[in-house]
Amino acid sequence: MSAHRIRFTLNGAAVDTTVPAERLLVDLLRYDLGKTGTKDGCSIGVCGLCTVQIDGMPFSSCLLFATQVNGTAVRTVEGLSSLLQEAFTLEGGFQCGICTSGQLVAADALLRAKPDATDAEIADWQMGNLCRCTGYYGIARAIARARDAR
Amino acid sequence: MRPFDYLEPETLDEALVRLADDPDDAVVMAGGTSLVILMKQDLIRPARVIGLRRIGELRAIGTPEGNLSLGALATHGALARSQPVRAHAAALASTFAAVATVRIREQATLGGNLAHADPAQDPPVTLLALDGVAVARSRFGERRIPLDALFADLFETSLEPGEILLRVELPPLPAGARATYQKFLPRTLDDYATVSVAAVVATDASGVCTHARIALGGAGPVPLRAREAERSLVGHRLEDAAIRGAAALAAAATDPIADLRGSAAYKRAMAGVWTERALREVA
Repeated sequence: MSAHRIRFTLNGAAVDTTVPAERLLVDLLRYDLGKTGTKDGCSIGVCGLCTVQIDGMPFSSCLLFATQVNGTAVRTVEGLSSLLQEAFTLEGGFQCGICTSGQLVAADALLRAKPDATDAEIADWQMGNLCRCTGYYGIARAIARARDAR
Repeated sequence: MRPFDYLEPETLDEALVRLADDPDDAVVMAGGTSLVILMKQDLIRPARVIGLRRIGELRAIGTPEGNLSLGALATHGALARSQPVRAHAAALASTFAAVATVRIREQATLGGNLAHADPAQDPPVTLLALDGVAVARSRFGERRIPLDALFADLFETSLEPGEILLRVELPPLPAGARATYQKFLPRTLDDYATVSVAAVVATDASGVCTHARIALGGAGPVPLRAREAERSLVGHRLEDAAIRGAAALAAAATDPIADLRGSAAYKRAMAGVWTERALREVA
């Protein structure tokens, strides 16, 4: 019911907006700000489709109220550079594509936090980004390729 | 999602006053991972949500007076990476790292975890075995609650209306103490434990057990201490018969809830198996 002015950066650009208390971050991004690359899947923080970065780390935007990102830097799939996307294409890191935005945002967060991530760390950070086409091997190869190309 | 009013106090005192204004219809939010789901599913319908995110002092992790103090707003990720946590017990850091996925660990907090009182959660088990004490404050003062008195029932704590959980304190371990956390995960690595066991032991120079703590998760409506099993070890060498005897006592202490992870009988049997494995790890 209460309204809140929030300010944050989205992919580097300043956002200054007012939201109702119950507005979820995923809905703010998709419906108010038009960033539809972020998907809403399970809506309970399990599937990883709605993964965004907040101050560089991965979060489920379906589990956050928009008020919780006040003062932070938010990055969505629209704000990634093309290196990872190219690696996903070259390694067959997707099939149907529904999980791809979340996979990319999570992988980008990993390579920011750990540029020399081991294959085990790649697998650990992939956990929780579900791919029902069973494309995990291709996704892991793509992340490793992007890591090695940096 | 039903509409509600959101407050974001800048100080703990202000948060306590706001909560006292409306103890029945207000809820406190730390990370929000559990609260948001409860609200989405309409299981709780708060008129007001009091967000704690601006109260930075509640994030602190350190050893101010000898005890390791873990702030209620410290995230699982921060606790898993914390040098003071690792120095206290590597098993404690790995317990926080065993929760869910990296996304959840960055958002979910220690205080939220404990206040949610999910009996299958990981951190309460290891914190129980480390003799953790919760510290809560209301407008009327501060209260220390040993963790086994904090968990009252399934998803219920003994926190009073108007109280906010501030931190968990862990006393220094006996010299040479060894600790482990064993999580039985037959499905996927990001699942809740079917059962889990934390064990902490210390032995004297001749190998006789002087200190034993065994705690179990997923083994009842609350995280449990297996006190009889603990007592059976003290004064004995941690050899095969003692370990198997303690594991049987630990299994007998459980009161598991049947769910998709197994029947009550299966979980009780697994509690024995994993207690034995935990004790062999630290023996």
